[in-house]
Amino acid sequence: MKHVKEKAAELLFLLSALASIFAVAIICIFLFANGIPAIFEIGPLEFLTGTTWRPGNNLYGILPMILGSIYVTAGAIVVGVPIGILTAIFMSRFCPRGIYKIVKPAIELLAGIPSVVYGFFGLVVIVPVMSDLFGGSGKSIATASLLLGLMILPTIIGVAESAINAVPDSYYEGSLALGASHERSVFFAVLPAAKSGILAGVILGVGRAIGETMAVIMIAGNQPRMPKGLFEGVRTMTANIVLEMGYATDLHREALIATAVVLFVFILIINLSFSALKRRAE
Amino acid sequence: MEAINKQTLKQRARSYLRSPLSLLLLALVTVSALITVSALVFLIVYILVNGIPYLTPDLFAWEYNSENVSLMPALINTIIMTAVSLLIAVPLGIFAAIYLVEYAKRGNKVVEIVRITAETLTGIPSIVYGLFGFLLFVVALGWGYSLLGGAMTLAIMILPTIMRTTEEALKAVPDSYREGSFGLGAGRLRTVFTVVLPSAVPGILAGVILGAGRIVGETAALMYTSGTVAGIPDSLMGSARTLSVHMYVLTNEGLYTNQSYATAVVLLVIVVLINALSAFIAKRVGTSK
Repeated sequence: MKHVKEKAAELLFLLSALASIFAVAIICIFLFANGIPAIFEIGPLEFLTGTTWRPGNNLYGILPMILGSIYVTAGAIVVGVPIGILTAIFMSRFCPRGIYKIVKPAIELLAGIPSVVYGFFGLVVIVPVMSDLFGGSGKSIATASLLLGLMILPTIIGVAESAINAVPDSYYEGSLALGASHERSVFFAVLPAAKSGILAGVILGVGRAIGETMAVIMIAGNQPRMPKGLFEGVRTMTANIVLEMGYATDLHREALIATAVVLFVFILIINLSFSALKRRAE
Repeated sequence: MEAINKQTLKQRARSYLRSPLSLLLLALVTVSALITVSALVFLIVYILVNGIPYLTPDLFAWEYNSENVSLMPALINTIIMTAVSLLIAVPLGIFAAIYLVEYAKRGNKVVEIVRITAETLTGIPSIVYGLFGFLLFVVALGWGYSLLGGAMTLAIMILPTIMRTTEEALKAVPDSYREGSFGLGAGRLRTVFTVVLPSAVPGILAGVILGAGRIVGETAALMYTSGTVAGIPDSLMGSARTLSVHMYVLTNEGLYTNQSYATAVVLLVIVVLINALSAFIAKRVGTSK
């Protein structure tokens, strides 16, 4: 009797452990089964490289949205990565303990703020400023980049900080012993050793930025056309899905699911490179 | 680290004069940290200043209508949504972690695959979850927009968070506990439930609270699974908007900016409370060791 109970419990635990495998499998099946037929109906080349998205006329080219996602993410990297890494260095090697106790929870809070609140903040603060400075509506690639750069900060800081912390003290001490200052030791002895961990943090941030939806919708303008400039509106893949899913039917709906498939493939590539880098860092 | 290069202020000033690069690097890191913190402070203060004056009793009326745009129903929906999602995800996540830590043998292939898939789940954007939930629960299972469909979607989304934190909490329980329990003749199951799990509770709880935080802040995964109906549904099969969805709809309509500010204040307060609670529990874990 007791033996049976033990076995049953083990089976239950095993099944629970398999739940995440099951979840990934079923997500893939549902997305691919609903999206891939549409890609072939539209034509893979027309779908991926078409420059016009006009569902009313049966034109389903998502290149503008792919480029939109890439530009906005690149902008977020330009804004977020330098500040994120430098803040991580500060947290790890420069921060007095008293200040650390305040800054650390602040950064955790930054990670916890909902993306609608970020989007709203962008809408009422960044958009008007950008509009005053550069004209136009203020909803643009630049605006989205600024806000996304802020949103990915906690991700980059968290991963980069633990990567820098993991560098053995002997590197730092050796550099000091050779006469280098504290700053030089940190930047030229410790930092290179933490390279792959920091890069992993950056990649995780990229994943965040490319997958962000609500904040981007509120501030990027959402025009489904080829991006024209830094201060022009743009629509990302995520925004495309949310904006049109509500009323889309038939091929239009399937084309939106296919957009999610493309996004999903982007994310899988990003995830795989993150895992590979993390393994190397360990 | 500090002890090996203690300098007086004067010494430091002199060495910075000799090496402008060091001074520049110091300035860079300090300014960056300042930017990070001041961005957060500015965001919070700005929303509080603009939102608090509009926290009127109207906003907390029991019934929603386009006059008062009350956030009360959305707040209650958020609580229900969080409870239902956790009810599904927490047992599943804890059981899975128990298998990975207590049962699986070293080098087990299953464990490797579970880890990789859990990592994949963590990286999937919430809109993809939303679309998947829409295809499975709303369309394929024919539930329509429903609170339950939203909760199931969110449960899958936070499963890896719960699993990972529980795993870490279980690993932190010293092996001597298990050995002592086995030595007294307890079986594996009894050991897990009466010895290992109780001492891992604070760690698990911190993870659960983290998961709750993600549920409260989620919008994209819910818009097309639980929908945007502004009232409290009669059953779990009814459509309902949570506070974050409510705030998005409100902002999108463009007529209720002041109420959006106030809703943002409520959301911020909830998030701060959740963060503080999680930090408090995590701190207790740290000191009890």
